[in-house]
Amino acid sequence: MDLIIILQAGVATGTVLLFATIGELFAERSGVMNLGVEGMMLIGAMSGFSVAVKTGNPWLGLLVAMLAAGLISQIHAFIAITLQADQVVSGLALTFLGTGISLVLGEGLSKAGTISLLPRFSIPLLSQIPVIGPILFTDHSVLVYIGYLLIPLTWYYINRTRPGMHLRAIGEYPAAADSLGINVNRLRYFYVFVGGLLAGLAGATISLAVAPGWFSELTTAGQGWIAVGLVIFAQWDPIRAAFGSYAFGALRRLILDIQGPTMLFGFANPFYYNPYWGFFLQMLPYAFTIIVLVIGSREAMRKRLGAPAALGNPYIRGERGL
Amino acid sequence: MSEQPNAATLSSPNAPVVVEMRNIVKRFPGVLANDHVDFDLRRGEVHALLGENGAGKSTLMNVLAGLYRQESGIILVNGKQVHFSSPSDAIHSGIGMVHQHFMLVPTQSVTENILLGLNKPRYLMRLPDYDKIIQDLGERFGLKVDPRAKIWQLSVGEQQRVELLKMLYRGAEVLIMDEPTAVLAPTEIDSLFNTLRSMLREGKSVIFISHKLQEVMAIADRVTVLSKGKVTAAGIPTQQTSRQELARLMVGRDVVFQIDKKPQEPGEVVLSVEDVYADNDKGLPALQGVSFEVRAGEIVGLAGVAGNGQSELAQVVAGMRLCNQGCVKLNGEVICNKSALYGIQRGLAYIPEDRTLVGSAPNLSVTDNVIMKAYRKKPIAQGWMIDMGTARHFAQDLKDAYEIIVPNVETPVRLLSGGNLQRVILAREISGKPALMIAVQPTRGLDVGAIEGVHHLLLAQRDAGAAILLISEELEELLGMSDRTLVMYEGRIMGEVRETDLETIGLMMTGTPLDQIQGREGVKNG
Amino acid sequence: MAEVTTKPSSSQPKGLPFRIRLEPRLEEPPSWFPALISLAAIVVALVFGGIVIFFSGGDPLRSYAHIAEASFGSIGVLSDTIVKATPILFTSLACVIAFRMKLWNIGAEGQFIMGAWGASLVVLWPILPAEASQWIFIPMMMLGGMLAGAIWGFIPGYLKAKLRVNEIISSLMMNYIAVAWVNFWIFAVWSEGGFQMTPKFPDNAWLPRLLDYAKSIPLLRGLTTHLGLLIGIVAAVILWFIIYRSRWGYEIRLIGDNPRAAQYAGINITRNTVLVLMVSGALAGLGGMSEVTGMVHRLQTSPIAAGYGFTGIIVAWLSKLNPLVAIVVSILFGALILAGREIQPSGIPKMIQGIILVCLIASDFLLRYRIRVVRNEEA
Repeated sequence: MDLIIILQAGVATGTVLLFATIGELFAERSGVMNLGVEGMMLIGAMSGFSVAVKTGNPWLGLLVAMLAAGLISQIHAFIAITLQADQVVSGLALTFLGTGISLVLGEGLSKAGTISLLPRFSIPLLSQIPVIGPILFTDHSVLVYIGYLLIPLTWYYINRTRPGMHLRAIGEYPAAADSLGINVNRLRYFYVFVGGLLAGLAGATISLAVAPGWFSELTTAGQGWIAVGLVIFAQWDPIRAAFGSYAFGALRRLILDIQGPTMLFGFANPFYYNPYWGFFLQMLPYAFTIIVLVIGSREAMRKRLGAPAALGNPYIRGERGL
Repeated sequence: MSEQPNAATLSSPNAPVVVEMRNIVKRFPGVLANDHVDFDLRRGEVHALLGENGAGKSTLMNVLAGLYRQESGIILVNGKQVHFSSPSDAIHSGIGMVHQHFMLVPTQSVTENILLGLNKPRYLMRLPDYDKIIQDLGERFGLKVDPRAKIWQLSVGEQQRVELLKMLYRGAEVLIMDEPTAVLAPTEIDSLFNTLRSMLREGKSVIFISHKLQEVMAIADRVTVLSKGKVTAAGIPTQQTSRQELARLMVGRDVVFQIDKKPQEPGEVVLSVEDVYADNDKGLPALQGVSFEVRAGEIVGLAGVAGNGQSELAQVVAGMRLCNQGCVKLNGEVICNKSALYGIQRGLAYIPEDRTLVGSAPNLSVTDNVIMKAYRKKPIAQGWMIDMGTARHFAQDLKDAYEIIVPNVETPVRLLSGGNLQRVILAREISGKPALMIAVQPTRGLDVGAIEGVHHLLLAQRDAGAAILLISEELEELLGMSDRTLVMYEGRIMGEVRETDLETIGLMMTGTPLDQIQGREGVKNG
Repeated sequence: MAEVTTKPSSSQPKGLPFRIRLEPRLEEPPSWFPALISLAAIVVALVFGGIVIFFSGGDPLRSYAHIAEASFGSIGVLSDTIVKATPILFTSLACVIAFRMKLWNIGAEGQFIMGAWGASLVVLWPILPAEASQWIFIPMMMLGGMLAGAIWGFIPGYLKAKLRVNEIISSLMMNYIAVAWVNFWIFAVWSEGGFQMTPKFPDNAWLPRLLDYAKSIPLLRGLTTHLGLLIGIVAAVILWFIIYRSRWGYEIRLIGDNPRAAQYAGINITRNTVLVLMVSGALAGLGGMSEVTGMVHRLQTSPIAAGYGFTGIIVAWLSKLNPLVAIVVSILFGALILAGREIQPSGIPKMIQGIILVCLIASDFLLRYRIRVVRNEEA
């Protein structure tokens, strides 16, 4: 069991979570909770794969995946922002919707054949660096490298640009932003759309790069939900979100690979000899998500910071405070 | 609060009119907030807009500031007609509003808040440069504040300065201030008035919304009075009127400043607060050694500017906040740091500050709301169950007794007006025949009729032997209702007064303990 | 209290002589209005669903007709519909009580699965010998199912009450953990030879079914409706009384509407959070027991982890959190799922469920606001 290989694969898996988490991070910082990430990811995965198969062009598939998920996200945006319905139930409905639609339209897709994948490559100088070179810069899909770039760009956008300041304002105290001429609801629609784009990207990353193909709901296996949990763990900060995503990616790979070899760190591998213990390994990512949530919630309680103050509340002009 | 004449005004009857509003009509579902209102503002003047809660002053100014759109009527700025479809249009025309509830993002800095919504800087934020600009601006107008501080770290007075700076930075020539003194202590009010005067010197004009007659007389050049959506007095120079006349114009009749109260001997000690220390939501100390008593059959008023620990004190006594030190006793029994239920079961009634957020369940019916304290006992409770028939009768009786105006008792409470909702809450609390009542801002946001009703109910309880702790920002109400008045400042009791001596109370509200004031008695001139 | 701005829709194209205004309703709409709106929502949903079916190459009208016939066409299929509806009834009741307190129990699926496991534990451990009477087995299995479900509800409940952990995610994660847990027991402990299913339960561990009485009443031949339906209906009625007529139900409704008011009334929110989620879990767990002992008669993942927990969410919402209405709505959805077995593509029922939920939530809006078309006037 080669740790380097596991971590290298983990980075790729983690990229999926990264996109989904950062997408939801944008939406939540604007004040809208979108629990439909899982549904949007499935739509992205299905439509991306479907278009790639039909046209032979994975880039086109990627584009369609992002747009499809973005489009679907606007349903939730309309219900949560304009109709001011409960955001939790609306997000859940979006998950059902996205799951359902992707299942229906993706019927038969699993037998559709293979696709040409997005380019994979290594980065010349950086891949030579010991330890981190092989993990981070060797033989990765282009999407992984896009993920690397996304992290500092997101951080910079949110914290150091004017539009980012507006984003933070509409999530914290929309009344203040509104009183100064910022169109709170229009911006929220936009950031929900961004969340949708990135969730679609995450889904396409699975079906076009990491685990090519379409496997109905198993394609995402709850990663959309893990992403929502990671946003809380990340305390709505992109750097922590990245850290959480890659850690989870590594964990998932570890679970897969740990059952293979007969020897583990010099001892007989219990998972090889008792294959049913593998079920407990399957529980790990989900149990860890709960632990991660606990950590995230305790920190929020301690620092008295935490969620954007207006998260989950529709903005109505004329109401006091938020 | 000092009552200085307006020496520094630059305004004369010949100054140009900067803002004119003609025939403004503004409607909301079920209410006509502005009924053909005219209003004008001259350069360099402070023009007060006076009226009771709900008279339409905030609405009118929200129209001027671009937040609302009027049904009909026109607005002229410097002689030219304007149409505002958003606050930014108004700001472009030089009109900026400082709201009663500050529109500031707590987690962002002063500079960020001031820059919010602007087009410059385009993308990158070079905050240190802007910090400097804001600092200079502050110095020019006497509004000192640290640009890098986060809003949640600032005091209320400082936050207000940020709001003013926000408007000045955007080049506002006309400043609308909505009840700016509601949250300020008397010295801060003086400081605000000085700031306003320095702005007038720079050629700005100010509209000052208030329901406080003393302040209007102190700072305004002219005053317009609104009552129930109509103008009852347009632009009267304050030199030419009096408090009595203004009060009459506000209400339509001579307002009685005295409340009819029978003197009575208080009975046993019901509430005993002993050296209580407690923190507020931010973890900072809110109560620092508070001690006092309330006896049966008396009303003890707690005066003080909002934010000095009164809310926290009420919450500690009601069992909704922990106290770190000290103790609270009800009829001799310790009730502090026990559950809210504990106090309720021992005859504690609490009328909370916030009717909708804390005191009621908006989507539940009147019946459901009214049994909130009574549902655990017979006859409404029958073992584990609730006898809904009895509950409805109970609600029906209370509806009649307290004149709650509602189609039927199954109506969800969110459809009730503020006054009716307060009646529901009072009905609920009083029907429990409490030994102790804590009433926090019980008349906030109510019209005069409703206020009188609340006062009568509270006095009736007092006469029946209940002990009442009354917390209110309206000094008049407090002094009229209370048998004794305590003043709170920064979590401590500054002293107790029995006479209605506004000046002494004002001093205590800003931090001078009673013994110090009495020590200086000989030196002051009354 | 009527100080809400009527903001004209900002997306109105300029030049139209009117604009659409949203005004908050000042009074309650008539009592038939919510039902009408829900019905309209379902119709709209079916239309949307039809469009998607059309795009995926199917025939919407035939699909829907097929569903109707396959669910209600004869007494045989009606019985099958009821059998499918039974687990949904339980999970929807679980969601009803939790949602009343605004606790978003997405873990009904996992609690259902654990209930099936708990009931199986009684049979397969074994806790009772195979010869024990059916009337001892049934209460014990109910107990096992409810206990297992309650524990599974306790965990997210405790985390929420004490640590403010978001119960949506935690309960959802427990779903995946439950599947892995049950799989372990099936494969590693109880199955003979590593099959995907445990051996069949002994006869005494089955819930009685209608066809058991076919000897005396020939009409009942082939009807697999089982005791679980009765248990479910009884549970629904009890839940109705609890919610609308009991002190605890009042507290739950109060907490759900305004937690701060509940606090002010002296109600312990922490305790109720844990309690309600445990009861919710127990209800879902009871459903798992009903399904495994009434229908499947062995512990097997795929018929148990079939999404009943998620359907329950939608049914609860559609029933407007009323347990008695949930009985009727469950049957409707039972029909959907039953027909879904045969319909191509197989994802249609799930998709329709999603669309229905979306339309429902959107329609709630009409209960609180009125739409008015107003002429534009010159300012």
